[in-house]
Amino acid sequence: MNLNIFLQNLSNGISLGCLFALIAIGYTMVYGVLRLINFAHGDIFMMATFFVYYAIALFSLPWGVACLVAVVLAMLLGRTVERIAYKPLRNAPRISSLCSAIGMSFLLENFAIVVFGGRPKAFYRPEFFSKIFILGGVRIPGVNFITPIVSIIFLLILTYIVYRTKTGLAMRAISKDFDTAKLMGINLDRTISFTFILGSGLAAIGAVLWALRYPQIWPFMGVFPGWRAFIAAVIGGIGSIRGAMVGGFMVGLLTIMIVAFMPGLAGYKDAFIFIILIFVLLFKPEGIFGEE
Amino acid sequence: MKKFGLLAGIFLSLLLICSLIVGAADEIVIGVYEPMTGPMAAGGQMTMEGVNLAFEQTPTVLDKPIKMVLVDNKSEKVEAANAVARLIEYEKAVAIVGSYGSSCAIPGSEVANKAGIPMVGCSPTNPLVTLGKPYAFRACFIDPFQGAVMANFAVSNLHAKTAVVIQDIASDYAVGLSNFFREAFIKLTGDPKSIVGLISYQTGDQDFTAQVTYAAGKKPDVVFVPAGSYGDAALIIKQGKEMGITANFLGGDTWEAPEFIEVGGEAVEGGYFSTHFDATAVTTEAAKKFSDSFQKKYNREPSAFAALGFDAFNLVIDAIKRAGSADPKAIRDALAVTKDYEGVTGMITLDFNGDATKDAIIKTIENGKFKYVATVHPF
Repeated sequence: MNLNIFLQNLSNGISLGCLFALIAIGYTMVYGVLRLINFAHGDIFMMATFFVYYAIALFSLPWGVACLVAVVLAMLLGRTVERIAYKPLRNAPRISSLCSAIGMSFLLENFAIVVFGGRPKAFYRPEFFSKIFILGGVRIPGVNFITPIVSIIFLLILTYIVYRTKTGLAMRAISKDFDTAKLMGINLDRTISFTFILGSGLAAIGAVLWALRYPQIWPFMGVFPGWRAFIAAVIGGIGSIRGAMVGGFMVGLLTIMIVAFMPGLAGYKDAFIFIILIFVLLFKPEGIFGEE
Repeated sequence: MKKFGLLAGIFLSLLLICSLIVGAADEIVIGVYEPMTGPMAAGGQMTMEGVNLAFEQTPTVLDKPIKMVLVDNKSEKVEAANAVARLIEYEKAVAIVGSYGSSCAIPGSEVANKAGIPMVGCSPTNPLVTLGKPYAFRACFIDPFQGAVMANFAVSNLHAKTAVVIQDIASDYAVGLSNFFREAFIKLTGDPKSIVGLISYQTGDQDFTAQVTYAAGKKPDVVFVPAGSYGDAALIIKQGKEMGITANFLGGDTWEAPEFIEVGGEAVEGGYFSTHFDATAVTTEAAKKFSDSFQKKYNREPSAFAALGFDAFNLVIDAIKRAGSADPKAIRDALAVTKDYEGVTGMITLDFNGDATKDAIIKTIENGKFKYVATVHPF
């Protein structure tokens, strides 16, 4: 492999890693406050792309406005999912809300099939994003430039919210000790809703970037990115925001690099990622940045 | 316990009534399993357009009404096996039509064959769909032919000397077609190193940048993309062009779907693929009649999959008529001796494996539309 091809793969890997990081944060934040794996997260991701699609197709909104609307709608959807499927089960055994999460995931997928149809649709991509920039022999589509920039901006905003604001403090308090936080007068419902809104918003931003890069949307498109982002969150240390970022980045980069360095085994790249997951779970079960 | 007994009683009597109703109607049930949702949905839906048209034109056989039951196989292998089991055990189908996608048709034909219910595939081209399964048949050609057709086209028409293959390792169709293409390509070029690269991905992947970067690095004359679904193919070609591949892209019959062009856009222009039927190149009377009635019903030209769906359904009807009975075994025996049946996709004679030997058609994409290039006869 020459340097050019390596740099090409690196650039592709970085932008894929950023996308996984954006999605993985949603899993990790919800786990942090509720100790719940939100399996519907990947489907909120999917719904966001359809919101953009229909905002353009039905209401002929300009592209940027459509994306904004989609992010807001996805946030509302995330909050609604929490209200309907998780809130009533807050005091139930944890396995119940896990089942509820899986049910919600199936519900959203099948809702999408019934309402949007099962055939994949082409996602509108503005001119700029498909334009190719050539930097010293490395070909970078516009969207691959935008993805890391947008991701880093939103990750910084998120870090600010979680570590520098009152609401963020409340979120961290809840994740440390649910009951004591309640006794300290933290508004649980509001903080948990906020967590879902934040996570879903990031998933929606990830979804728009994802669909710009792979401009094909269908009801099950959230499954694969969802699972991989979940693995990323576990590798990084579920519950840790920094872990999700690093984990997402690692999984994205690995997905590309395994194919690049071992073309003969390209079809089994997911197996490698799962092997890494198994090793992490065996030797450092709390993940790279997780707390004991 | 009492309550349970009462409920069970009601349930049983309901079942009895239902079975009486079903029994009284004395219909001939033909089951259809197709991917109506999932990544192959467009293929299944195009096929159903043809099946529905055939059913509309022939609603009765042997003076009995036909009941057509469609079960969605969701583009998944396990669901396909379940769908066929459901058609046989619950719907009591005497014959089965389907499915688009060899990955679905292989487990489907396995179940049908074990149950002793004849199945006619519309467009699954992998040899394993019918191999060693006396109850499985198909209306289309098979992949050893399709792979050779595309290899031949690449070498003779595009003067290709080297090729890279990007295959879906989880799709039986893609792996099979990839093997047959490579075999034929090496034979035609006479150079065992003419396949300069082979790289895989998995169903469900959307990022192919690593695969196309690999392909671009090999600088091949053609890139063969036997994708299990048109969406994958469109994304691969799109990303391939972005990563600087200038070679011609070639593919198989899965490419033919409107979504292929919608998703692929400008990137897929100038690609070539093989398929089964073209409405603008029809020669037989049956094909013209089909084309006209399809235009009238759906207001557009029929796709290859609609034509094959139409043929597969009518092959079953033809066999029931010749057998003079709706007994699955009799239908199978009649299907096995199908000879010179005039289908809309050409003359159909089923060989000892249950496969049809037919012309292949090569198409390209020009100005956002599929365009007829050539007809290739079996060799």
